[in-house]
Amino acid sequence: MRVVIAEDLVLLREGFVAILEAAGLEVVAAVSTGPDLLEALLTQRPDVAVVDVRLPPTFTDEGLRAAIAARKEIPGLPVLVLSQYVEQLYARELLADNSGGVGYLLKDRVFDVAQFMDALHRVAGGGTALDPDVISKLLSGGRQSSALARLTPREREVLALMAEGRSNAAIAQRLVVSGRAVSKHTASIFARLDLPEDDDDNRRVLAVLAYLNG
Amino acid sequence: MVDQTSTVRRAGFPGALSGRRLRLDFKAPLRGLRLFALKIPALVLFALSLASIGYLLLGVGVLLLPAATAGLRRVADAARRLNGRWAGVEIARPYAPRPEFSAGPVGWVERVRWILTDRATWRDLAWAVTDPVVGGVAALLPAALIAYGIEGVLLPFLWHPLTSAGYEDWYALVIHVHGSFGIGALFAVPIGLASIALGLTTGPALLQLHGRWTAALLAPSAEAILGQRVEQLAATRTEVVDSQAAELRRIERDLHDGAQARLVAMGMRIGAAEQLLSSDPEAARRLLAEVKDSSSKALSELRNLVRGIHPPVLCDRGLSEAVRALALDSPLIVEVVSDVPGRVSLPVESAAYFAVSELLTNATRHSGAARVWIDLAHSDNLLRISVSDDGHGGVDPDKGSGLRGIERRLAAFDGILTLSSPESGPTMAILEIPCVLSSPKTSSS
Repeated sequence: MRVVIAEDLVLLREGFVAILEAAGLEVVAAVSTGPDLLEALLTQRPDVAVVDVRLPPTFTDEGLRAAIAARKEIPGLPVLVLSQYVEQLYARELLADNSGGVGYLLKDRVFDVAQFMDALHRVAGGGTALDPDVISKLLSGGRQSSALARLTPREREVLALMAEGRSNAAIAQRLVVSGRAVSKHTASIFARLDLPEDDDDNRRVLAVLAYLNG
Repeated sequence: MVDQTSTVRRAGFPGALSGRRLRLDFKAPLRGLRLFALKIPALVLFALSLASIGYLLLGVGVLLLPAATAGLRRVADAARRLNGRWAGVEIARPYAPRPEFSAGPVGWVERVRWILTDRATWRDLAWAVTDPVVGGVAALLPAALIAYGIEGVLLPFLWHPLTSAGYEDWYALVIHVHGSFGIGALFAVPIGLASIALGLTTGPALLQLHGRWTAALLAPSAEAILGQRVEQLAATRTEVVDSQAAELRRIERDLHDGAQARLVAMGMRIGAAEQLLSSDPEAARRLLAEVKDSSSKALSELRNLVRGIHPPVLCDRGLSEAVRALALDSPLIVEVVSDVPGRVSLPVESAAYFAVSELLTNATRHSGAARVWIDLAHSDNLLRISVSDDGHGGVDPDKGSGLRGIERRLAAFDGILTLSSPESGPTMAILEIPCVLSSPKTSSS
């Protein structure tokens, strides 16, 4: 799998390269600025990109903007955005094009290498990986309270894990219940939120988020 | 207020000024009378103040002077207010701010010194003694002209009763009121009517004149304005420095007890794991897992700390987007409307952001509101942000230290916080900060 990395701090950049290469991925470009990232994304067309939000020259949300711009050119280009902090605002912007292949995680999620690689593969496969911090903010926001009030606490838990991008099997494992119980919950969630049922992981999340956004 | 706005509206038409001069104004003469009435207590208080100064050495004056000048200041304030309302001449209070006085006799002497060293005191006294003459003419003239006019109109009817009572006088310097009624006496009627008309039309102009005269003595001198400004700047500077120092102390403590302590603990655990690596690899693995956990917690603490110092989204996107991010994170339904076509300076941005954040927190915790509306606008070098909710109101601005904190933060930029929160709601807070916009906004999202 071919990967582009954008991170301006040398220590972290080398850390990412080491982790990814250890997992058998090919790092085709490791850049440190927003413009370089945009160029690398458009010319290399990697299978997935790992992008830091804050990059030179402006040291603002340069990385995020480059990722969004690249996805305008190449719809669905898989991008996993990492940051020292997560903002709902940015999550919504990343998901706004509804074409999947988006991840948005706190940088320290990398500590759990197995989970991080799992998220990376999910994104590369067109799925989604949202940080639990973003999910909890999305779920506690005022706009959604009336819709979510219709769910039971257990269903909320399942919805949160779904939004992170997990499959039914993974959710079952996490909540220590059977796969059939999870299917029952998801069906109930879709019914209560008036969403058509869909097997596709990615489309489930997008549907949920679209509903939350509305 | 009503007069001012209508004046403004009239001023919008061409030839408005001449139209205004010719208008009959029934209010102005009455207002002149009220202004004139104010000059009588002013004169009495002038005499009292002067006597107090004379008796200062006897001790009585020390007790009397503060009372006399306080009275005079109240009368002068009334004159300032009425001139602002009727003549459109806004006059600011010129007095030096009141310092803290010691208790007992020492305090009385300090009070007298504070009064006597304030130049505004002497200007008040000069106003009180000259105003009945100079201002008096301007204030009284319209009413006097009307009264004189009425006498002229009534003169043919009053002629007989007056003359038979032995009254003798000249009216308008041309009609000799004495002896038997002559046809010449009828001329008093048109003269009287002219006098009434003059009184009714010159009123507004004379009120203006009166206002300008009042301002000449009662408005703060350039020196007093500077003095007040210096006083205010010194006060806000002290507050800014104090709150900054407190903020730094808080950050230091948070780092010391939080991330720093965690790093120490992590180092110790890694050391222990190193020791156990060969003898008990399973225990070493457990320790390393704990270290990983600990580093996540340290990062999360640092993240919260950074958010409190300067939220990254504010740095990335500027005020409007940062407020939108706040709105998204709020448990209430928050609508944000922004019309700020550029970025304000970083310190102003930060102060405004934290003020909005505090107001939003207040609305969430105390107001019982379900919805909040935030409006940001910038025009005429003024950033104006309103935060209103549909809660139950009754916010006491003196009670919450949060609101005081906002005021302090804004004061450093000459910004103000206005709060309207009647019982049973709604609550509306308006922040106004004078500032200029820098570069126009680069495209966002």
